[in-house]
Amino acid sequence: MAKTKVLERKPLSLAERTYLPQIVTGLKTTLVNMLRPSVTLQYPEERPVIPENYRGVPTLVKDPNGREKCVSCQLCEFVCPPKAIRITPGEIADDADTAHVEKAPKEFDINMLRCIYCGLCEEVCPEEAIFLQDVFSVSGYSREEMINNKQKLYELGGTLPDRHRKWDKKKAAELQGAAHH
Amino acid sequence: MSETKQLETVTVNVDGVEHAFPKGMNLVDAVASIGSEIPHYCYHPKLSVVGNCRMCLIEMGMPMRDRATGEALLDADGKPKIGWMPKPAIGCATTVAPGMHVKTNSPLVRDCRNGVMEFLLINHPLDCPICDQAGECRLQEFATDYGRGYSRYTEAKNVKPKRTRIGPRVMLDDERCILCSRCIRFSKEIANDDVLGFIDRGSYSTLTCFPGKQLENNYSLNTVDICPVGALTSTDFRFKMRVWFLKQVDSICTESSVGANTEVWSREGKIYRVTPRRNDEVNDTWMTDSGRALYQLAEAENRLLRYAVDGQPSSFEAAIAASLDALKGRRLGIVASAHASLEEQFLLKRIVEVTRARVFMAYHQGEGDGILLSEDRSPNLRGALLTGLIDSLPAVDLSALDQALTAGELDSLLVIHEDLSALGVSADNLAKTKVVFAGTHSNATSEAAQVVLPTLTVFERAGSFVNQNFRAQRFKSAVPGPQGIASDLTLLETLAALVVGETPTHPDVNTVWQSLSVANPVFAGLDYNGLGSMGVALEPGPLAELPFVETRNLKYNPR
Repeated sequence: MAKTKVLERKPLSLAERTYLPQIVTGLKTTLVNMLRPSVTLQYPEERPVIPENYRGVPTLVKDPNGREKCVSCQLCEFVCPPKAIRITPGEIADDADTAHVEKAPKEFDINMLRCIYCGLCEEVCPEEAIFLQDVFSVSGYSREEMINNKQKLYELGGTLPDRHRKWDKKKAAELQGAAHH
Repeated sequence: MSETKQLETVTVNVDGVEHAFPKGMNLVDAVASIGSEIPHYCYHPKLSVVGNCRMCLIEMGMPMRDRATGEALLDADGKPKIGWMPKPAIGCATTVAPGMHVKTNSPLVRDCRNGVMEFLLINHPLDCPICDQAGECRLQEFATDYGRGYSRYTEAKNVKPKRTRIGPRVMLDDERCILCSRCIRFSKEIANDDVLGFIDRGSYSTLTCFPGKQLENNYSLNTVDICPVGALTSTDFRFKMRVWFLKQVDSICTESSVGANTEVWSREGKIYRVTPRRNDEVNDTWMTDSGRALYQLAEAENRLLRYAVDGQPSSFEAAIAASLDALKGRRLGIVASAHASLEEQFLLKRIVEVTRARVFMAYHQGEGDGILLSEDRSPNLRGALLTGLIDSLPAVDLSALDQALTAGELDSLLVIHEDLSALGVSADNLAKTKVVFAGTHSNATSEAAQVVLPTLTVFERAGSFVNQNFRAQRFKSAVPGPQGIASDLTLLETLAALVVGETPTHPDVNTVWQSLSVANPVFAGLDYNGLGSMGVALEPGPLAELPFVETRNLKYNPR
């Protein structure tokens, strides 16, 4: 049996009975907030500033030469926890400018109904080709619309600077040729 | 076989633990057999030893002996004193010897591997994202296991030819090559087609084809399998799928009676490639290029995908009913196939017994190459003999059937797999006969047939074949078959049961094997799972004396 402890109820003081101090305190809070700068955004007319490392919709990017950076190594497809990514690898034609890269995706689909925005695809990408950028709101009328295909992914991704220029260097070395011949 | 039991063993101390190995065993294989590993690139158990990759360096020592008396020297504890060689030795060129002591993981050995890895990686391109070998690359694996983890090399890497087609099925990327020479030795020693070699010296060494030659023999894709890196890749599999997505299932090659053991690599029901599986009794570690290409049959254009009666699509039940109409109470001929599995032939034998049909069979023959392509171009002729479907070797074609049809001796035919018009049965004779065709692909016979019963390919069903050496080998279902197609076993069991008015069961390979092991003493005590991944050599008795068409090849030696 739990013991019940009867608490003594204290009578209200004069200040409490008039209720005025509470009203003043409340008005003070209201006043302080009135004078603060507004944080409410009139979404969707007004959009928030997206921080640099924000994880929005995954996109594919091109390098400053306009070359698609993805070589369809399928590591993102492998690492993707909800299996949202689906890649069909393809070969770059022998007569193309980027023939030395050999491989590029024929199809690249990201199902945004499955994507959980975890960013593992960006982290795993050895070519720095996939980035979760600033798009955070996706909607569509059908399931098919919610699957971003390769063209859509490049539209969303645009061009990002390339710090390594791995394939440019590779091509330069190839053109220079072997030193002993 | 009695020799293997009496094999001499030698005791070798590997990393402080004594192990017994068969005499004459290679040290790399010996260490692998105890679940440990000596990393290696150039060594291959089925090729000659060159020892040029230096990855398998180990420390080796022998018990010391007194030079004068020849007695073993003992240390203070009374144990034999080990004279360690002052420098590391390569494991691949070492044969196990009595009393040998080996260190596979000492600081010196680890240093050696680290150094070898660093040298190999100096000029190796950063192609892993676009390289088909990624995921099954020994260089990748050993770089993570034994490498230093970063590169100290700041100079420019070597430039060598890339994307070179050295044959119709093989691509060469010389920058990735680590000069292990496995492909060169394979071409020379196994394929007997010496077309590959190194040119230039030092770090300029380059693998290339001899001038005016191509790597185009029917075994060229084996060089892709044994290439430890991505230097040689298959043009068929090139950029199709990463290997880590693929599921491997054990299968058997149906190209010829050799019955090469294979692995079928598939993802989500689509087959991407077929590679050989090691079986020293059958195919070592090799298989033909033409056998690998057979996976394309599973998705061929002319695949039969629906049951049909009189050219109209129908249901399984309707097609079975129409077939029974052709089978029951008529003078029936059955064209059996050596492409059918042992289990299917056994069930077909039941149909033959209950319908008292005449059995015809064709002996598919072609030119053999003396290696892994035999003259008998069917995987299971010996199975048909063992199940009693036929009691002697069949004729090369079906002219006997044609004569029987011309003479009006048969009213209807049940054809399994075979294309009759290609085997000498005239179109007129086909047209006037009621034909039930069960097979995987459409052909002239299926066009002429009243009832078409689609069946599954070897990749989609399970069963077993008996190869040229009477070795029963099982294959498993690698991918699901086309929608709505019953397995061959269900189809044959349904026909066999309904012909005599019984209720058909749904058999699988295990239940068929239960009857099979009772029916023929050759299979006594065996079951499907008991065949194991390596197969079981059967004792065929007098059947082995039949004049089979096969001539000598890699593992077949006719008396």
